[in-house]
Amino acid sequence: MSALAEPGTSFGQRLQAALVDSLLAAIIAFALFGLLLGFRTVDNVTGLTLQPRPALLAIAVGIVFFGRLLLNLFVWHGDYPITTPFAKLFSRETFERRDIRVLGITALGSALVFIVGIVIGSPACQLVAGCILGFLSIGLLRRIIVHVFPNLPYGRIFTVGGIAFAVLFPICSYLLEKAFHLGLPLRYLFDLSILVLTYIMLGWGLNIVVGLAGLLDLGYVAFYAVGAYTFALLATHFGLGFWICLPIAGAAAALWGIVLGFPVLRLRGDYLAIVTLAFGEIVRIVLLNWTDVTNGPNGVSGIPKPTFFGLPFSATGEVTFSSFFGLKYDPIQGIIFLYYVILALALITNLVTLKLRRLPIGRAWEAMREDQIACRSLGINTTITKLSAFAIGAMFGGLAGSFFATRQGFISPESFTFIESAIILAIVVLGGMGSQLGVAISAIVMVGGFEALRHTEGLQSIVGEGFDPALYRMLLFGIAMVGIMVWRPRGIIGSRTPSITLGESRPISGALVKEGSA
Amino acid sequence: MAYFLQQLINGIALGSIYGLIAIGYTMVYGIIGMINFAHGDIFMVGAFIALIAFLAVMSLGITMIPLALLIVLLVAMALTAVWGWTVERIAYRPLRESFRLAPLITAIGMSIVLQNFIQVAQGARVKPLQPVITGGYTLFEQDGFAVNLSNIQILIVFTTLVLMTVFWLIITRTALGRSQRACEQDRLMAALSGVNVDRTISLTFVLGASLAAVAGLLYLLYYGVIDFYIGFVAGIKAFTAAVFGGIGSLPGAMLGGLVIGLIETFWSAYFTIEYKDVAAFSMLAIVLIFFPTGLLGRPEVEKV
Repeated sequence: MSALAEPGTSFGQRLQAALVDSLLAAIIAFALFGLLLGFRTVDNVTGLTLQPRPALLAIAVGIVFFGRLLLNLFVWHGDYPITTPFAKLFSRETFERRDIRVLGITALGSALVFIVGIVIGSPACQLVAGCILGFLSIGLLRRIIVHVFPNLPYGRIFTVGGIAFAVLFPICSYLLEKAFHLGLPLRYLFDLSILVLTYIMLGWGLNIVVGLAGLLDLGYVAFYAVGAYTFALLATHFGLGFWICLPIAGAAAALWGIVLGFPVLRLRGDYLAIVTLAFGEIVRIVLLNWTDVTNGPNGVSGIPKPTFFGLPFSATGEVTFSSFFGLKYDPIQGIIFLYYVILALALITNLVTLKLRRLPIGRAWEAMREDQIACRSLGINTTITKLSAFAIGAMFGGLAGSFFATRQGFISPESFTFIESAIILAIVVLGGMGSQLGVAISAIVMVGGFEALRHTEGLQSIVGEGFDPALYRMLLFGIAMVGIMVWRPRGIIGSRTPSITLGESRPISGALVKEGSA
Repeated sequence: MAYFLQQLINGIALGSIYGLIAIGYTMVYGIIGMINFAHGDIFMVGAFIALIAFLAVMSLGITMIPLALLIVLLVAMALTAVWGWTVERIAYRPLRESFRLAPLITAIGMSIVLQNFIQVAQGARVKPLQPVITGGYTLFEQDGFAVNLSNIQILIVFTTLVLMTVFWLIITRTALGRSQRACEQDRLMAALSGVNVDRTISLTFVLGASLAAVAGLLYLLYYGVIDFYIGFVAGIKAFTAAVFGGIGSLPGAMLGGLVIGLIETFWSAYFTIEYKDVAAFSMLAIVLIFFPTGLLGRPEVEKV
C-alpha cells in the first residue's frame, strides 16, 4: 500500500503494489459473490436446487480486479490522476499541456470508435462514443462561454432558461410534430416530463422540511398518500372535481402533518427520521387494511381527470375542450394540460418556498436548523416553527398526491411504499439540501435518467439479448445514491445562498450549513 | 392459559431473532452514532447465504443435519461478515467526518443496493425450504389445546443464549471489547491512546453482521421461506428493539428484542394480525417519545 501512496516511486513498484491491492479486492469480491452470484436457486418439483453460474461469477470478480487495478494505477494514486483534465473542464482552472493531450486523445479515440460503430453498424459503440463526445463538447462549450463572459449571473440565466424551456417545450414540440410529422414520441416525452415534474415538486416540498427546517423526514410519502386518497375518495364517492378537491387534499395533508408532527416535537436527528419512517409505514398499512373505505390492496379506480375551467378533455360529450375551441380532438391535449397543471403546482411550491424564506417564519426555520437551543433562548417558539414546517411541507406533498391520483386514474397502497420516501429524500439530499436548483437537477437526473433506462435499446445491445434494464433500474439507483453521496456529500449544487446578509449576497459552501441535524 | 403460554413461547423465539439483529444496530449506534439502515438487509443477505450454503452442503452429500448446520452457520457468519465489512468500507468510512445525514443517506442507498442485488441475482420469488428440524415436545394439554415447544424453538433460544454469552465476554473481557468501549466514549481520545479506531469500527460491523447472519439462518429454519424483502421490516423491528432496550446497551438490545417479539406475537394472537406491524411501529414511536433513553440506556446530555 505504501508504494501506492508515495508519489516518487517508479512505475514498476506502483504496478506491483497495485496488483497486490487489486488481488485482495478480487478475493473479497469472490467471498461476497461466490455463493450469491455463483449459484442460483431454482424451484424444482423436488424443492429448491442449485444451478452453478461460474461464468457470471468470473465476470463479476474480473470486473472488480481490473476496475480496481485501473483505478489504482491511473486515478487514485500516482502524480497525475487521469481524471484531472475532465474535472478541469467543469472548473475555472487553466489547462496544462498534458491536460490538453489527454482530452485530445479521448476525443479522437471516441470519434474513431463512433465512426467504426457506424461502419460495422453497432449501436453500442455509437452510444458509448456519442456519450463521451457529448460530455466533452458540453464541457468545452461551458469553458468557452465562461472564458468569454466571465461575470454573467449564470445561476439566474440557468433558472430563467430552465423555466422558459419547461413552459415552451410541450407546445413547441406539439406544434413542430403537427407541422412537420417528425415522429417524435410525444406521449412518452410528456409522460416522462410529468413524472419528473411530480418528483421536482415533491423534492421542493420536502426541501422545506429537511433543507430549511432541518427536520429529517423519512415518511414524506404518507402525506403524498393522504393527498392522493383524499382526492380519490372524494371524487369517487361524492363526485367532486379535481379543482375543488385540490385545496381540500392540501389542507387534509397539512392537518396530518400537524397530527404526525405533534408527537415527534421532542425528537431530533436520526430518531426523528426513524419515527417518521414508522408513521409512513403505519399510514400505508392502514390504507392497505381498512378495506371498507380504501378498498384495500385493490385500490381506488375511476378517478376523474382535471377539467379546463369546466371543459373536459374527451372525444365525446356536450361541450369539450376541443369542441369549444374548435380544435380536432387529440388525446395528447389532455396530457399537455396535465403537464401544465403539474408545472404550475411545482412552480407555486418553489415560489412559496422562496417567499417564505424571506418571512419571519422562514428565518425561524433556518435558525432552528442551525441551533435549536439558541433559537429557543432567543424567544422563538420551536413548537410552532416545527409544526408549521411539517404542515407546509405536508401540504405540498398532498397537492402532489392529488395530482398523482388524477394523472394515474388509479391508486393503491403499493404506490406509497417507503422506497418513494427514500427516493424523494435522495433527490433533496443529492441535489444539495436547501438549493432549489439542485433539487430540480437531481430530480431530472435520478428520475428522468432511470426512467429513460427502461426504454434504452442501446444498453441491451451492449450487454446482449435477454438483458432487461428495468430490472437493474433500482440497483443502479442505489449505487448512484451511494456513489454521488460519497463523491459529493454536499450534493450536486455544493453552495448555498444565504437568505439574509449584510451587504452583498454571496453563495457560501454547503459545509457551513447544518442540515437535517435538528 | 394454555394459549397464552403457547404465544409466550412463540414470542420468545421470535424475540430472540430480533434481539440478534438488534445487537448490530445498537453496537454501531453506540460506536459511531449512526443508524445502520442497511443492517436489516445484511440480515437478509445472511439468510440467503445460509440458504445457498445449506443447499450446497446437502448436494455435497453431508446428510448429518447437525454437522451440516454447523458448517452452514460458520460459512454464513464468515461471508456475511465480509458483506458487513464491505458496506462500512464503501459507504460509511468515507463519510465519517461528514455531516450526520450523509451516512444515513448512503445507508438507505446500500439498503436499496442489497435488496435489488439479491433480487437480480436470485430472483424476486420467495424461496421455500423444506423443514430441516422437525419434532418437539408437548408440554401439557388443557381443554384440548396442546402447548408445544418445537425443537427449532429450543435451538433458537439456545443459540441466542450461547452467542449472547460469548458476545458479552468479548465486549467485557477482551482487548477488542476494551477498544470498542473506548471508541464509544471518545473516539479522538481512544485514537490518541493507541486504539486503532478504523479497525475497531470495522470489527464492530463484522461482529454485527455475523450475528445478523445467525439470525438469518435461524429465521430461515424457523419460517422455512425467505425473499429479498424480509430485511426491511425485520430491520425496523430490530431497530425498535434496540431503541426500546436503550441504544448502545447490549443486554438492552436482547431485552428489547424479546419485548418486541412478545408484543407482536400477542397482538397477532389476541387482536388483528393485519395490524401487527402497526403495533410494533407504534411501540417505536411511543418508546422514543416517552422514554427516549430506553429501558437500560443512559440519558444523553445535550451540550451547548
